[in-house]
Amino acid sequence: MTAERTITIECLRYNPETNAEPSYVVYRVPFTDDMSVLEGLQHIKDALDGSLTFRWSCRMAICGSCGMMLNGVPALSCSTFLRDYYPDGLRVEPLTHFPIVRDLVIDQTDFLRKLESVSPQLAPAQPKTIAEGPYRQTPAQMDAYYQYAQCINCLLCYAACPQYGLNSAFTGPAALALLHRYNADSRDDATAERMDVVNADVGVWGCTLVGYCSEVCPKGVDPARAINQNKINSTKDYFLHLLTPRKG
Amino acid sequence: MKRSNKPIFWSLFGAGGMLAALIGPMLVFMTGLAIPGGFLLPPEAMSYERVLALARHPLGKFALLAIIALFLFHAMHRLYHSLHDLGIEVGPGRRALFHGLAGAGTLAAAALLLVIGT
Amino acid sequence: MAYLHTHVRPMQGWWRRNPFYRRYMLREVTALFVAAYAVELLVGLVRLAQGRAAYEAWRAALATPPALAFHALTLAAFLYHAWTWLEVMPKTMPFVTVRDHRVSDRAIVVAGVTASVIASIALFVAVRLVIAP
Repeated sequence: MTAERTITIECLRYNPETNAEPSYVVYRVPFTDDMSVLEGLQHIKDALDGSLTFRWSCRMAICGSCGMMLNGVPALSCSTFLRDYYPDGLRVEPLTHFPIVRDLVIDQTDFLRKLESVSPQLAPAQPKTIAEGPYRQTPAQMDAYYQYAQCINCLLCYAACPQYGLNSAFTGPAALALLHRYNADSRDDATAERMDVVNADVGVWGCTLVGYCSEVCPKGVDPARAINQNKINSTKDYFLHLLTPRKG
Repeated sequence: MKRSNKPIFWSLFGAGGMLAALIGPMLVFMTGLAIPGGFLLPPEAMSYERVLALARHPLGKFALLAIIALFLFHAMHRLYHSLHDLGIEVGPGRRALFHGLAGAGTLAAAALLLVIGT
Repeated sequence: MAYLHTHVRPMQGWWRRNPFYRRYMLREVTALFVAAYAVELLVGLVRLAQGRAAYEAWRAALATPPALAFHALTLAAFLYHAWTWLEVMPKTMPFVTVRDHRVSDRAIVVAGVTASVIASIALFVAVRLVIAP
């Protein structure tokens, strides 16, 4: 039987109704080797301080709810383990670059707006009725967009992206990766409609390839690649537009 | 959303960055260390006669102009973005200044290569 | 949904908070050396156009210890630029498939580094050949 150890978890606390500024509170949490950071937070809420507020759901890295800063690194609290922060302990903060609503909860409204702006749905040239049967794709056609479709909207990439932090008008990693996911899907035909978002200063051109987004993504989406290969597409589109202006 | 003009400058940035990645280190090594230091190559490799001959040859002119121009456009584009990264406000005026400097350097190089003759 | 007093955190000093960001800033700062070297070549052209005396004075200055030290630093900057540029190159390209297999990022980086090494050696050999008596 392994002896139970204790780890310090320092949490950012912020109550908009009573605090002008966030502050930090240290909790001592008994833990076993199999406990995630999320379970550590749940212990705090259950046994030490019921007012601690944080988002979580699936506990298995598919819902995207539990993103937080763990020692300054964006991570899913359900997929990181307390044993890895022992004995120094860890500091838990809400995802950077987003406004804090309360404690570890951030305001994602801006991301939801960005997501809507990229038309994140399949728009086939010739939509099929159910009676006509399914759309067919070869393995190679699926491979072209599959990894970009793994995004769980956890926002770790936005917390990682300093360009989003410096200018929240930037469409951002996940939204642009999802834009590419649909462009790259053989069933979709709306690439032209999405070019406005791609071509803007706050579209792909807001990215300076820091690359930290792809580093922290828990699902291997690689948003850095999705954005930067579209710089080539945007450049082609730019010069095509220059050579063949369609509007007077 | 308004279409960005970044593609032009990004293409120049990319070309300059690739050139710098492919031959930049060797250029700096040869012209800044090996030849002046007489190490692996003799100092006379950059004598007046040799360099004048290079600058007068059409291929030499092309190479010198390409290197100076692309390195400048690459650097100015990146430094402009670095200012933004450091939180310094960089509006269209400053962007024009940075790219303008690269353009000026390019024109100066072209003018000098013309003056140097054939 | 209107929230009561959301708190926005400042961005000052963001790049100091994480080694990944520090490496990014270092990468970006290599551009100072790329610019400096381009300006140096430009100055060399000016001296060349001014005639033998001016050019030889400039060439002599290149051999002084401060100049050599500066170029050693510049070389380090160019090497870091080259490495980080090639390391990130796969992210700028669409997927490459060869006979139903996707070419890995690592393979692309290796190809890039190989190209750089070959180009550098070719340049060196070309200079050696040209100046051979």
